[in-house]
Amino acid sequence: MEKFTTLSGVAAPLMRANIDTDVIIRIERLTGTQRAEMGAYAFEALRYRADGSENPDFVLNQEPFRGAPILLAGANFGCGSSREGAVWALMGAGVRCVVAESFGDIFFNNCFQNGLLPVRLPAADVQRLAEQCAGGNARLTVDLARRRVVSPRGEEMPFAIEAMRRDALLEGLDDLGLTLKHTAAIEAFQAHDRQARPWVWQPG
Amino acid sequence: MPVQTSSDKLALFDKIWNSHVVADLGDDWVLLHIDRHLLHDLSGARALEEIAQRGLTVRNPELAFATPDHAVSSAPGRNEATFAPGADLLRGLRRRSAETGIRFFDLGEDGQGIVHVMAPELGIVLPGTVLICGDSHTCTNGGVGALAFGVGSSELVHALATQTLRQRRPKRMRVRFEGTPGQGVGPKDLILHLIGRIGAAAGTGHAVEYAGSAIRALPIEGRLTICNLSIELGAKMGMVAPDDTTFEYLAGRRFAPSGAAFDCAVAAWRELPTDADAVFDREEVVDAADVSPTITWGTSPEQAIPIDAAIPDPDSAPDLVRREAWRNALDYMGLEPGRPIAGTPVDWVFIGSCTNSRLSDLREAAAMARGRHVASGVTAWVVPGSERVKRAAEAEGLDRVFTEAGFAWREPGCSMCVAANGERVPPGQRAVSTSNRNFVGRQGPGARTHLASPVMAVAAAVAGAIADVRRL
Ligand code: SF4
Repeated sequence: MEKFTTLSGVAAPLMRANIDTDVIIRIERLTGTQRAEMGAYAFEALRYRADGSENPDFVLNQEPFRGAPILLAGANFGCGSSREGAVWALMGAGVRCVVAESFGDIFFNNCFQNGLLPVRLPAADVQRLAEQCAGGNARLTVDLARRRVVSPRGEEMPFAIEAMRRDALLEGLDDLGLTLKHTAAIEAFQAHDRQARPWVWQPG
Repeated sequence: MPVQTSSDKLALFDKIWNSHVVADLGDDWVLLHIDRHLLHDLSGARALEEIAQRGLTVRNPELAFATPDHAVSSAPGRNEATFAPGADLLRGLRRRSAETGIRFFDLGEDGQGIVHVMAPELGIVLPGTVLICGDSHTCTNGGVGALAFGVGSSELVHALATQTLRQRRPKRMRVRFEGTPGQGVGPKDLILHLIGRIGAAAGTGHAVEYAGSAIRALPIEGRLTICNLSIELGAKMGMVAPDDTTFEYLAGRRFAPSGAAFDCAVAAWRELPTDADAVFDREEVVDAADVSPTITWGTSPEQAIPIDAAIPDPDSAPDLVRREAWRNALDYMGLEPGRPIAGTPVDWVFIGSCTNSRLSDLREAAAMARGRHVASGVTAWVVPGSERVKRAAEAEGLDRVFTEAGFAWREPGCSMCVAANGERVPPGQRAVSTSNRNFVGRQGPGARTHLASPVMAVAAAVAGAIADVRRL
């Protein structure tokens, strides 16, 4: 997993609510496309018009937002399907951080598995950031160690993140490696459970 | 801070969660034991591939079950090659399942079908178990009293390799549906009504329990429909406490315990329901008698209205964000505010998906379709949720009722719910679908989806327009 420490860069305001993972990456792209190539298809339905040309109204097609590493989004970003391809597509398109009032639960988890930082801020703060970024100077700083977003005007906005998740991101740690250290506990649990709930262990 | 339930008053959720903690990781995080995995052709094939590439092993293959559903054709007489892009996924899932010792249900076999349809019908998911799948509608399986939730690819690999997941304890929410629903109102209407009222993000961060007299009165298939749309409420887990209805449903199913083991399991399952006085972080109550047949008008499941209502006007939206969202939705859907939703002409009708493709759904739809005919210009499909549903429906003659009424009767799978198999609603065309998502492009680029119940879908097919099933 990629580490995440501090990120400074352009933030693109995409302030619709309920942007779902079907919109972030279409399902067909999950069958034929390699993970590394999914960035080209991020937000396909919004990014292109029916004739395949770029939609100039879409924020990521506009300067200076093209390739922005930070997205400012409306509430419930990443709701819907569990497809981790949504995170791969965002990362492939250069996004490393999404700031929103709230996120879809499964998407939120998937972000941490890949080193994309989802930041929850109050709606009013996200709105203020979006207004400041829409105005031209669109650079934000996201400081994970200090749990702060610094706005273009220098305003510091603290955000919450559990220590465990923060540390894993700061160090790029893989969950699987950590869990394998608990193998003895897993074995003990299973041995006990086979006695306690035998019906779980003999399907069919 | 979430309100803590006092330790002796536990909710169904707490009882299942607490009994699956392998290790406490601090900060409300635990290592949670996983009792069942479902694998499908999109997420499962990829996860098993990654397990092999990383040199990992599947820790408990006997607890995993695989079947293709997303990327298979639903065309009558299909085989794995009918939808060529899905064939590799299907073959990959079949091969990796065989290599790792995972049970695989192939096309045409009892057990094949949409994972969330086949798991309850085969008794794979049981009360009190923790079940996962790389699919957000895994919450469906909570209808039998399980803790079931969708995960992404990384978590799926983690769970296959360790039979555990790192999870943070969610908050708890209870929704009580009380009373008796009126004519033409079924489980789909109840849950769409709830999402319309409290919003598509209301359940975020929560495990939701559905309770109340209207839920107790529902057969298991209706409870599965309710739980299916938990993720549309923002909650990755939804559940209904097991009761006699649940035990009767599970008795004799292929992978459920039998004989003395079943009795022993039932005794344990009877301990699962939420204790009286257990405290939830959020409670909602819906009077079922207040719910009308419900349909969505926009591109989020929260954009749901009674069938006799008018299409909302963005100028009357409660806030600026929603005003903008409503405008975008109306624009995409090609609808005018202020007009009645009923009477809007439709091009397609899709009866299927893990929401509404079980035998009871097809029986209700067939009862409505019998002696009627699909309007000219409308293409109407019925896609059974599983091979078992298909066979049972055919044994009752439901397939003939549908075909005589002008519906196409197809092979089991996800089909047009997500269009991963190339079966799409054409751009700009309007569909009434019994599925769960009306997102932009969900049923194909430019497709316009209205979510409704199976009987409302039949009403639309017959009328050639969105119609009130009570007036048919
Ligand atoms: S039927 Fe639709 S919602 Fe259900 S699993 Fe298949 S694609 Fe997902």
